[in-house]
Amino acid sequence: MYVAVMGGERAIENAHRLLAHERRGDRSVPELSLSQISEQLGLAVDRVMSEGALYDRELAALAIKQARGDLIEAIFLVRAFRATLPRFGATEPVDTGAMRVQRRISSTFKDIPGGQVLGPTFDYTHRLLDPGLAEGGNPAAPALAATSDVPMPRVTDILRQDGLIEPSPVAEEDAPVGDLTRDPLSFPAGRDLRLQNLARGDEGFLLALGYSTQRGYGRNHPFAGEIRFGEVEVEFFAEEIGFAVPLGSIELTECQMVNQFKGSATEPPCFTRGYGLAFGQSERKTMSMALVDRALRARELGEDVVAPAQDEEFVMSHSDNVQATGFVEHLKLPHYVDFQSELGLLRKLRREFADANAAPEMKEAAE
Amino acid sequence: MNAPTYNFAYLDEQTKRMIRRAILKAIAIPGYQVPFASREMPMPYGWGTGGVQVTAAILGPKDVLKVIDQGSDDTTNAISIRKFFAKTAGVETTTSTDAATVIQTRHRIPEAPLRAGQVLVYQVPIPEPLRFLEPRETETRRMHALAEYGLMHVKLYEDIARFGHIATSYAYPVKVNARYVMDPSPTPKFDNPKMDNCPALQLFGAGREKRIYAIPPYTPVVSLDFEDHPFTRYKFDAPCALCGAEESYLDEIVTDDKGSRMFVCSDTDYCEGRQAAGHRGVESAAPHKEAANG
Amino acid sequence: MVEVTGASDQPLLVAEGLTKSYGRLAACRDVSFVLYPGEVLAIVGESGSGKSTLLQMLSAQLAPSGGRVSYRMRDGVLRDLAELGEAERRFLFRTDWGYVHQDPAQGLRMAVSAGANVGERLMAVGWNNYGRIRQTASSWLERVEIDVARIDDAPRTYSGGMRQRLQIARNLVTEPRLVFMDEPTGGLDVSVQARLLDLMRSLVNELGLAAIVVTHDLAVARLLSHRVMVMKEGRVIETGLTDQVLDDPREPYTQLLVSSILPA
Repeated sequence: MYVAVMGGERAIENAHRLLAHERRGDRSVPELSLSQISEQLGLAVDRVMSEGALYDRELAALAIKQARGDLIEAIFLVRAFRATLPRFGATEPVDTGAMRVQRRISSTFKDIPGGQVLGPTFDYTHRLLDPGLAEGGNPAAPALAATSDVPMPRVTDILRQDGLIEPSPVAEEDAPVGDLTRDPLSFPAGRDLRLQNLARGDEGFLLALGYSTQRGYGRNHPFAGEIRFGEVEVEFFAEEIGFAVPLGSIELTECQMVNQFKGSATEPPCFTRGYGLAFGQSERKTMSMALVDRALRARELGEDVVAPAQDEEFVMSHSDNVQATGFVEHLKLPHYVDFQSELGLLRKLRREFADANAAPEMKEAAE
Repeated sequence: MNAPTYNFAYLDEQTKRMIRRAILKAIAIPGYQVPFASREMPMPYGWGTGGVQVTAAILGPKDVLKVIDQGSDDTTNAISIRKFFAKTAGVETTTSTDAATVIQTRHRIPEAPLRAGQVLVYQVPIPEPLRFLEPRETETRRMHALAEYGLMHVKLYEDIARFGHIATSYAYPVKVNARYVMDPSPTPKFDNPKMDNCPALQLFGAGREKRIYAIPPYTPVVSLDFEDHPFTRYKFDAPCALCGAEESYLDEIVTDDKGSRMFVCSDTDYCEGRQAAGHRGVESAAPHKEAANG
Repeated sequence: MVEVTGASDQPLLVAEGLTKSYGRLAACRDVSFVLYPGEVLAIVGESGSGKSTLLQMLSAQLAPSGGRVSYRMRDGVLRDLAELGEAERRFLFRTDWGYVHQDPAQGLRMAVSAGANVGERLMAVGWNNYGRIRQTASSWLERVEIDVARIDDAPRTYSGGMRQRLQIARNLVTEPRLVFMDEPTGGLDVSVQARLLDLMRSLVNELGLAAIVVTHDLAVARLLSHRVMVMKEGRVIETGLTDQVLDDPREPYTQLLVSSILPA
């Protein structure tokens, strides 16, 4: 029986003991260390930090190890820990324009101030399995160039100088930034909350939705204005001393999509923005996020809301993989009380059906 | 490493205060779904995170906690939640309905009548009774605000037109304090009458959907119906095979591979209490009492 | 031409200077008129003439950029629709008003039985006896010439004409005093249209309903309405008794419409 009426407690303990055993696997194989995960499975760590909404490489690596490589389970572990942390306040907005860039590309201009910087990327690799890697070994040292002092303005800032793209929304002075982990969501939601939701949203879900906009379900004619990845400083305004103090630096990926907008009765035609931001190097995630962010602005921009990606309630209610996996998997829990009442009802309905069909003449006579 | 340390009953005090405020509002407006900033809990959404947060917010060191799932104290999820609070709050736990001050439940209301001073905390998967008639939150909130419940009756009408009676057997909608239509969580409709004028406080927590609602003690709770097709409680054909109870909700247990069945109380504490008091059913040694392998 | 029945001295609905603009584009400009109980007004014009925008403003579904609409509530008080709360507005919509959409799918619950479609408004105002609700639904199905044996079938199994008749029954079951109709015969075959118009005319007569009918079809206006308003480019260019306007139009544009030269 899968639900023991008695003895369930020991069964659970034993199941968890077996899980720990399976997680460790063959004990003659050396155990994974957190630094191995953090260093060699860095993109998995990035994803767990992003969707777990906690920037801590070590805890994310621990979560991946504990979850046996199941990233949604790892994200869940990080979220559950994060939820218990006290909140001291919000940092100052990070300045991605001042990012120490490791990679920066634009598909809208051939050359841009600061140049195109490819950085570490799978792009242009041939996807051939590399047997040499199975053996291990040390790859060649990377080619290095002297750091340049040439500023790297964001491509959207360049477009903005000509007024060709809508301005970035400016936060109202002293208006608190929404926080969907502290306040329940209500619709319609502001763009701050939408972006928070998307930043925590499942990469696969956003990828599929972003893809659907490209295939015509809420098409918005995107160009990858710029994708940049690198380090930014995080600062915190300390009330006690009256100025912002640096807390350290984090790695971020930012994607700014540039999209068409036909204009309206009151607005001239111009480009519009879709925005994506994630911890670590997460290009697929930030690009998808930017496509969906732009799609969700349909109502604001006076476009018809016809496709799933434009439907705020649909997207925001289903983007969170921790919520989704919990509810899908809860079907494993016993439901035999409700099932029992359905069984009873079904038997009754079938009985009534049989009775009704057994005596057709009588029924007609009664009518 | 940022080694985790946890507060009494897991949640930090700020979060508990936020949840308590939502609970107070819910009690002030019986049956109204109060949005709250549900946290990620260390168990998955859909496995009782709403109930766990409500319990964590109201639990004090002197409380005695009982947790049931499907009426039983010993189903896996009930054990898991009871252990969670035993570990994080160190409170006394019990399987006795009578001894408990806080009872967290999934899918059942205990058979033994609840008394004043007790709190029954329900785990709720989908708090919105109109959800499957109208998928949009913006629309359902408006319907509640304006008390537009015609659509709910359309569903009941359709049942009668098709089947000759209302064909909703669990999560049967109720009207609380003559104002809000409420989902009682997926309890069997058999349990609905227990909610009416109940001396205990009833709290409902939906974690994934971020809603808390409440039925204060001694509040009228009416199951929706038509004058000429009144609400009826599900009635079993046979008494409990173990304790002979005739007025309890029964589980059907398949006893062999030839399809033999027996019916026993879903509320294990109630059933054991009756057996201890000398009540007997037709079976005594039953799979109910066997240790299982999980 | 239909006789004016049940008309009273006090207007039921008053529109004053109704205007709706989108940026520089004015979809509707400065429309004023008075509607009395039991009176049927047809608003005719080509598509794009602003008649649908006007209907939406009159039925409080679209806020005007200028002007206002007042309605005499059942308690006899004339109220500005813009000042009604949402609860009052929605209550009007499910009791004292009806709205017949061109596409019945918009006005019906397509997956729910015909009986429940008709009964919904009754249940919404608190009817709580299944037998009575079903009885009332049956008698309404009869009135709109739908076989009562089809009461448990969903309208998606109905023909276009039946759906439209069912939509009318669903609207009239609470005995509203005013019904808005948006191209009620659009998309139906000519023979089906004729039967529907005949039915609507007798129902409007029997119940003493006031109605505002938007249509591009002058035959609909002629059969149903007492008065006609002709719209062009957002303005009312001609108004008067139906027979008078259709038989002896003054405006050149109306003359073109009547001689069916303009595509509708």
